[in-house]
Amino acid sequence: MAEIKPIKFSDEALQLCHKIMKRYPEGKQKSAILPVLHIAQAEFGGWLSAPVMDYVASLLKIQPVEVYEVASFYTMYNLKPVGKCVIEVCRTGPCWLMGAEDLVKFIEKKLNIKEGETTADGMFTLKTVECLASCGTAPMMQIGETYHENLTFEKCSDILDNYKAKGEHVSHWRKERITNHSDIKQ
Amino acid sequence: MGRQLLINDLDKEGIATLAGYKANGGYAALEKALKMKPEEVVTEVQKSGLRGRGGAGFPTGMKWSFIAKPPGVPRYLVCNADESEPGTFKDRYLMQRKPHILIEGMIISSFALGANTSYIYIRGEMMYVFHILEKAIQEAYDAGLLGKNILGSGYDLDLYVHCGAGAYICGEETGLIESLEGKRGNPRIKPPFPAVKGVWQCPTVVNNVETLAAVVPIINMTGDEYAKIGIGKSTGTKLISASGHINKPGVYEIELGVPVEEFIYSEQYCGGIRNGKKLKAVVAGGSSVPILPAEKLLKTPKGEPRLMSYESLSEGGFAEGTMLGSGGFIVMDEDTSVVKNLWNFTRFYHHESCGQCSPCREGTGWMEKILHKFLDGHATMADIDLLWDIQSKIDGRTICPLGDAASWPVASAIRHFRSEFEEYVKKGENMRDIQHYYRVNQLEATNS
Repeated sequence: MAEIKPIKFSDEALQLCHKIMKRYPEGKQKSAILPVLHIAQAEFGGWLSAPVMDYVASLLKIQPVEVYEVASFYTMYNLKPVGKCVIEVCRTGPCWLMGAEDLVKFIEKKLNIKEGETTADGMFTLKTVECLASCGTAPMMQIGETYHENLTFEKCSDILDNYKAKGEHVSHWRKERITNHSDIKQ
Repeated sequence: MGRQLLINDLDKEGIATLAGYKANGGYAALEKALKMKPEEVVTEVQKSGLRGRGGAGFPTGMKWSFIAKPPGVPRYLVCNADESEPGTFKDRYLMQRKPHILIEGMIISSFALGANTSYIYIRGEMMYVFHILEKAIQEAYDAGLLGKNILGSGYDLDLYVHCGAGAYICGEETGLIESLEGKRGNPRIKPPFPAVKGVWQCPTVVNNVETLAAVVPIINMTGDEYAKIGIGKSTGTKLISASGHINKPGVYEIELGVPVEEFIYSEQYCGGIRNGKKLKAVVAGGSSVPILPAEKLLKTPKGEPRLMSYESLSEGGFAEGTMLGSGGFIVMDEDTSVVKNLWNFTRFYHHESCGQCSPCREGTGWMEKILHKFLDGHATMADIDLLWDIQSKIDGRTICPLGDAASWPVASAIRHFRSEFEEYVKKGENMRDIQHYYRVNQLEATNS
């Protein structure tokens, strides 16, 4: 039987969320929803399940629906399970001019998945995203918080191999920035 | 190279740290400003002629002068670091390399506006820059540049970074405010303007990263001196993000008024078109502004050289000109398919429409579908007119400018490149295999 883990942030994540919530005026803690959802994604395997969103609602003392409507609006939140590494390839204008379309096809072939899919081993999910403000270094992709720029097929291939060799879960809000959040001013 | 005020010292050691920034004259403007009256700071910015660097080009000093000052109600300054206009990457470049110029600019501007709490709204994708800013803000607090009684002036300011989560619409100032309140980024109907009722219904000013950074040299050199740089009402310097088919893509700080031709071909800027190709078209100010073919870009309707300035780029109106916008300068060589590029942009606007206003929500989707017909080889000549019709019914009929931004690229592409749309119709499915480029010669060779 699968083990059912209670939905709860780690102590460090909880502390970090409370720090962030204090940045907004009294009674306006709902404002913290976007950063808190980023932290939730890092804490719970890269995506937001309904129970996780309910938990975030209780933390911010708002209704669950207020979390659902936000989580479904912003593209960085995954509402379905994803691989350990989400590859986000920029597909907009300047990146397209510089070959983003071919880059996506290359990754699809290399990983044997289509855009939007996850590899069978659960390592990679391939997404295309809109302009990441890296047009002068196109084509590019983002994995976690890292921008991989001026990509060629070879370079892209090496980068993906490296992630695979490490086999770690990568999130936008890096795990180590949650464990140690001394850089975040209250 | 002309004068540079923002990125002149990026090669200096440690410029990203407080110590390095201070060693190169950083925070001198703050000391100067804190000895002035807030309204004197506003006057300096008005005199400088600084215009919003995010895209709209609205005079910053005037925007500041509109802020309401009801007693007992807090005022807020929010920095728009949600840089997501396709083709624009200057703010990320600046924040990553020199975060303290933004922080210094924000402290001075908050002081001028009487704000005691300010936020930097950075797009969530730039999470690593979020942490760079956090670190820089921490340094500023530790040095007494933020917090209570800044540098003994009696002025208090708390500055926080807030991250978004992926939504182009949050770059629109009222969408950004909604997002900062923890909601979907649906823009608000104006009035009331943010200067009267902004975040949490309090008076709020929203300014772009580059705009706030420019306040630092303005205070250092005085508004009058800043206004001497540039040309006409386009004062000062501007960061231009150059991308596409050029030899040297990157961020360039120009004195407004540099000839467009010099900007594209000179070695100190873009270095010409790569692979020895010819210039076909440019989107000069981010994906939203009208596309211009080479000949209309380089010369104004009067036959004079066009300059990189708000006025010169818009000379001739939308029939013949474009806009400086955010300074996202996207260059396309002779092999580029304007139709396919337009499909790409239109798909973007469809994806990013927040869905509030039906002309934008439905219109962007229809335009994307029709453009897809061209790429698939199933379009008819009537589809060109249909596209024109749809874009004309979005423009000016939505709450926020996303609708306009979606319609202008379509209108300008049809206006200047109608024959290319016709070619897609005539050649039909033969155009399908053209992935990136519009290689007429190759296609004709395979047909014969």
